[in-house]
Amino acid sequence: MAIFLNENSKVIVQGMTGAEGTKHTKRMLASGTNIVGGVNPRKAGEKVDFDGTVLPVFGTVKEAMEATGANVTVIFVPPAFSKAAVVEAIDAEIELAVVITEGIPVHDTAYFWAHAVATGHKTRIIGPNCPGIISPGKSNAGIIPANIAGSGKIGLVSKSGTLTYQMMHELRDFGFSTAIGIGGDPIIGTTHIDALEAFEADEETVAIVMIGEIGGDAEERAAAYIKENVTKPVVGYVAGFTAPEGKTMGHAGAIVSGSAGTAQAKKEALEAAGVKVGKTPSETADLMREIMQGL
Amino acid sequence: MDLYEYQAKDLFAAHGVPVLPGDVATNPEDAKAIAAKFGQAVVVKAQVKTGGRGKAGGVKLASTAEETEEKAKAILGLDIKGHIVHRVLVTPASDIAEEYYFSFLLDRANRTFLAMASVEGGMDIEEVAATKPEALAKIAIDAIKGVDQAKATEIADAANFPAEVKDQVVDVIVKLWETFVAEDATLVEVNPLVRDPQGKIVALDGKVTLDENADFRHPAHAELVDKAAENPLEAKAKEKGLNYVKLDGEVGIIGNGAGLVMSTLDVVAYAGEQYGVKPANFLDIGGGASAEVMANGLDVILGDEAVRSVFVNVFGGITACDAVANGIVKALEILGDSATKPLVVRLDGNNVEEGRQILADANHPLVTVVDTMDNAAAKAAELAAAGV
Repeated sequence: MAIFLNENSKVIVQGMTGAEGTKHTKRMLASGTNIVGGVNPRKAGEKVDFDGTVLPVFGTVKEAMEATGANVTVIFVPPAFSKAAVVEAIDAEIELAVVITEGIPVHDTAYFWAHAVATGHKTRIIGPNCPGIISPGKSNAGIIPANIAGSGKIGLVSKSGTLTYQMMHELRDFGFSTAIGIGGDPIIGTTHIDALEAFEADEETVAIVMIGEIGGDAEERAAAYIKENVTKPVVGYVAGFTAPEGKTMGHAGAIVSGSAGTAQAKKEALEAAGVKVGKTPSETADLMREIMQGL
Repeated sequence: MDLYEYQAKDLFAAHGVPVLPGDVATNPEDAKAIAAKFGQAVVVKAQVKTGGRGKAGGVKLASTAEETEEKAKAILGLDIKGHIVHRVLVTPASDIAEEYYFSFLLDRANRTFLAMASVEGGMDIEEVAATKPEALAKIAIDAIKGVDQAKATEIADAANFPAEVKDQVVDVIVKLWETFVAEDATLVEVNPLVRDPQGKIVALDGKVTLDENADFRHPAHAELVDKAAENPLEAKAKEKGLNYVKLDGEVGIIGNGAGLVMSTLDVVAYAGEQYGVKPANFLDIGGGASAEVMANGLDVILGDEAVRSVFVNVFGGITACDAVANGIVKALEILGDSATKPLVVRLDGNNVEEGRQILADANHPLVTVVDTMDNAAAKAAELAAAGV
């Protein structure tokens, strides 16, 4: 088991023929992902050779799904075209859409999220502006390097890409059931709570690492959820304790205004829910290490 | 990007939202001339991108052109919550019968937009929101359906706008929504939205935040950037496409990925406590840490006179550590004698051994390689303290 993505996942890539799409399609193939094709309306019918794996290009997500049985799409299209790409994926009712693209206007994200809501959530959206999701040894949908850590029993959910990699690296001797980067934009599809719920239900996962950062109240809401619903041990980390108020720190969402959304408030909320919170990534990894050794 | 009040009102006017005329002055003489042109009592308003101007003495009434000059003189140069006033808006004074509040904003928790409206607007809206939440109507907006006449009426009714101004308010709400969408704003706020004694509705103030991710479809927004107010180091970094924020410490920070860099700031701040040093900046060089990007980043950081040491913290995920190490070595070559501050480098991840070897072979006198993030932060803080 794993969450959202497993050995049976059949993956297509929207924007497969672009520079980023090409580079990461190769990487995903190399890490064992079952990629069955790509989508680009201007190159429909063509075939593309990725170091020996020849993949068909389809005109639409729907055609790709009908021809290949794909149930996951990874989206690399540029920001200006992302809204249309995600809406197309939702309309095709694909199970999972992983939106890697960085820099999508928030009005566009709000629009495709509203579309997902209006059509009954048939598609799970991860991202945008995220590194994607990996179930090591099974499948890798996105840009998370597959060689950091292998499969294991820890579930990881994080707002940040490089902190995901750092934490996987710190805990590589244990390995991960699934690691998922949900992205740091103000509006995202899959949330900490969605991942926590799925990890709680996943038989393979025995403990969970949750990484947050300043801005919004997603971590506070996740803390409330953990208190009521999560029985597995959870370890947390929050980045941005020393970030000054009112400054945007890279992620569009990482901005503190007033007292809401501070790292301290998030840490306190998580600790009140019984989550052990590390002061640094390595201290957080040590907390998880203790838990794994005690199980 | 936050806009000044006068810029926000220009956008309002362009979308048909009623505003008062006004002009911007950067010195008292110009303020006087503007007041003379209006030929009536005016309000002189500090243009700063923060709230609480009124309470800080940044908004003053003047009945003559001479008085306008005096008031402008008093306001220009004021420090309002760390924002120095460089310009004032001079606008005709208006009689106010009632003050309302209205905004559209991003609602992160509900992943959509929100309208907030109250008939108890003005300077104390925060207090109203805290103590009388029922007086502040909050209505979720469907991002696809948006705000039409019917939705605007629903909002106006929820906030109990008086019947005699409801039609005007509904019209203003629809136009503010048009502004919000057409300009890709994440905040459009009018406080106060006023009813004058003649019963006319006017946006007396305006606050707008634009989404920089949407700049590609708004070439005109580039003109709204206040280049003079930008920190020179931030402006230089922006020119080179670097994601840099100036802070007020001594340890320069370079890292890859926003989350990791934020985490690095924290770790350096903890390590610096005993030495009294802090992070000097946020700088995310992103995924591709080429020699050029590294050189540009170091160049910006070393241009900050407060910097005493630099911490380069890279986790090689997609980027390989050997490429980063080569980037550092080449960057130091490019910078030559202008690189004078010690560099602490922590590399981990993809090709880490090769990366560390490259730095060991280069044996640059300024570079210290440390194996973990926590130890590297401690070393960088120690070096910064020694260099003070």
